[in-house]
Amino acid sequence: MIVAILVMIAIGTVLAAVLASSSSTAQRQQLLTERINERLPQTQCGRCTFTGCKPYAAAVARGEADINQCPPGGDATAKALADLLGRPPKPVDPRFGAVLPRPLVAWIDEPACIGCTKCIQACPVDAIVGASKFMHTVITAQCTGCELCVAPCPVDCIEMRTVTDVALS
Amino acid sequence: MKTALHGGLRLPGNKQRSTQKPLRLIPAPAQVVLPLDQHAGAAAIPVVKVGDRVLRGQLIARAESEISASLHASVAGTVRAIEPRPVPYQRNAPSTCIVIDNDGSDAAASAAAVDYAALDPRALSEYIGNGGMVGLGGAAFPTAPKLRRGQQGDGPQLILNGAECEPWISCDDMLMRESAQQILRGAAILCHALQASRCIVVIEDDKPIAERAMRAAQAALHDERIVIQSVPTIYPAGGENQVITTVTGLEVPASGLPSDMGVLCHNVGTAAAIARWIDDGEPLIRRIVTVTGSGISEPGNLEAWLGTPMSELIAQSGGYAGSIARLLMGGSMMGLALPRDDLPVVKASNCLVAALPADLHLRGTEMPCIRCGNCSEACPVMLLPQQLHWFARSHDFSALESLGLMDCIECGCCDYVCPSQIPLAQQFRDAKPALIERLTSRQQALQARQRYESRDERLERIEAERQAKLAEKRKAMTQNTTSGG
Repeated sequence: MIVAILVMIAIGTVLAAVLASSSSTAQRQQLLTERINERLPQTQCGRCTFTGCKPYAAAVARGEADINQCPPGGDATAKALADLLGRPPKPVDPRFGAVLPRPLVAWIDEPACIGCTKCIQACPVDAIVGASKFMHTVITAQCTGCELCVAPCPVDCIEMRTVTDVALS
Repeated sequence: MKTALHGGLRLPGNKQRSTQKPLRLIPAPAQVVLPLDQHAGAAAIPVVKVGDRVLRGQLIARAESEISASLHASVAGTVRAIEPRPVPYQRNAPSTCIVIDNDGSDAAASAAAVDYAALDPRALSEYIGNGGMVGLGGAAFPTAPKLRRGQQGDGPQLILNGAECEPWISCDDMLMRESAQQILRGAAILCHALQASRCIVVIEDDKPIAERAMRAAQAALHDERIVIQSVPTIYPAGGENQVITTVTGLEVPASGLPSDMGVLCHNVGTAAAIARWIDDGEPLIRRIVTVTGSGISEPGNLEAWLGTPMSELIAQSGGYAGSIARLLMGGSMMGLALPRDDLPVVKASNCLVAALPADLHLRGTEMPCIRCGNCSEACPVMLLPQQLHWFARSHDFSALESLGLMDCIECGCCDYVCPSQIPLAQQFRDAKPALIERLTSRQQALQARQRYESRDERLERIEAERQAKLAEKRKAMTQNTTSGG
């Protein structure tokens, strides 16, 4: 009887140790970060107060950020995160920015561009091409509409437009 | 092992009325309207200006993208306007069109005849593309990119599609009856362009006259590469992937193209148009249109110059008989309802049906789904329309994606057999754009993520390099001071 109990306890301890080592908290958090990141729009705009989508995903996984801080993703992303994390869904917090009905892309007024490369350095997805003292332009297909290039421009020649307006211009 | 086509329907063909009279070329109208995006893919870019004089057959818009087709003037005259006009293939969304006033001179700019056998296959497919060729079966997919894809790999099998399974349409039937030689000439040209060793011409068994004509032409030609094959008449056996399944027994995968399996399918009308371009130098500027339906006085097949108003074709067919319930471009199953009849004939206009209420499979009041499963038995691509219906109603796009909504060919078999009269195909057609948008935005997000991550990596690497250089400098400086001191 005693032997049997001891054997069972020994087996249980060994298995528990195996289980614990195979999925440490860090690993689980990394996996969760990855799954949260998959559901984010990858705009990389930083409106959630983090530097990009992945850092925000990591913060949500650690429980340091809420699920409703992503205006580009809108309520759909907030709901997807709620589903994933088993929490009640909530609308996007307006403090982080307005939810736009239609995505915008950056557009450079090329004759006005002085070629300072400030916007190129600001673009999180390398969607602006150009060189120092040469005109810059936005690769519309790669632009996520994060608006990070608008503020650094010293001559205010960048504006946000709808994709159709850019295609027509 | 051969797998027959799943599902499908045996429908009344209604083709006899329009095949009584021979094919007739109708006179060019006073004005033609030629939409720049009348083919699948990107719109062509105009190469003429308003006020320019153009000849019949002259290039007026060039294909600038990978998937696009050139456009040629179908009459000689003056370019009146380049402006948005209503088009038959999209509702409430005008497209940019080149409008040409016919000056009646009929001056043609024919290219010289080409010895195709002397051309290398790649050059030949480019040349075919210069003729503005697109698939004439109804989808208007540009021919040149299709040939380019077919050339990868070694000598695919060519299938010429003359099945024409949809009710009412008979333009391919009439073409095969009257221009069998031209079709086979086109087949030989396509075989050379693709280096294909075999070409199967597929004809449904409800077209015995066309089949006889094709067999006679083939016997006269002595081309062993070309085989005529008769297949049972089942709707939608004439769809591209369905023809391939019927002939080869292979199923085209959801994520693949026929060319991945070494098969390439072209419409018989496309083959004839290619022969006309190579031999006579006439680009794609006219096509055969079936004008039929119980609401037409004298149904038949007319050869019309592109851009001719459809009302002209109807007038040439004796006008309307009775008050029509609906005017369709295409057949009665997949045709598009047209809001008016002054729209231009485009490369995709294979048929006009002026339907009286009796011609239409009119549905009664929609009832709830009883899950009888008739629709999934009829579905030729083996989907589960009853499930798709459920998720389309609740806008559950991830479920629609995993149930294969994107593979739906919108043939309408499911709602034809539905006892609850649910407009299933219409629901699926409506749900597709939203699903496509989701799929593309997911693709874009993936790209943005990769670009963000590689930029991050690059910045980190540059920073590390800078630090390393700094450390080296510092080390050198301290060494200098110690050795110097």
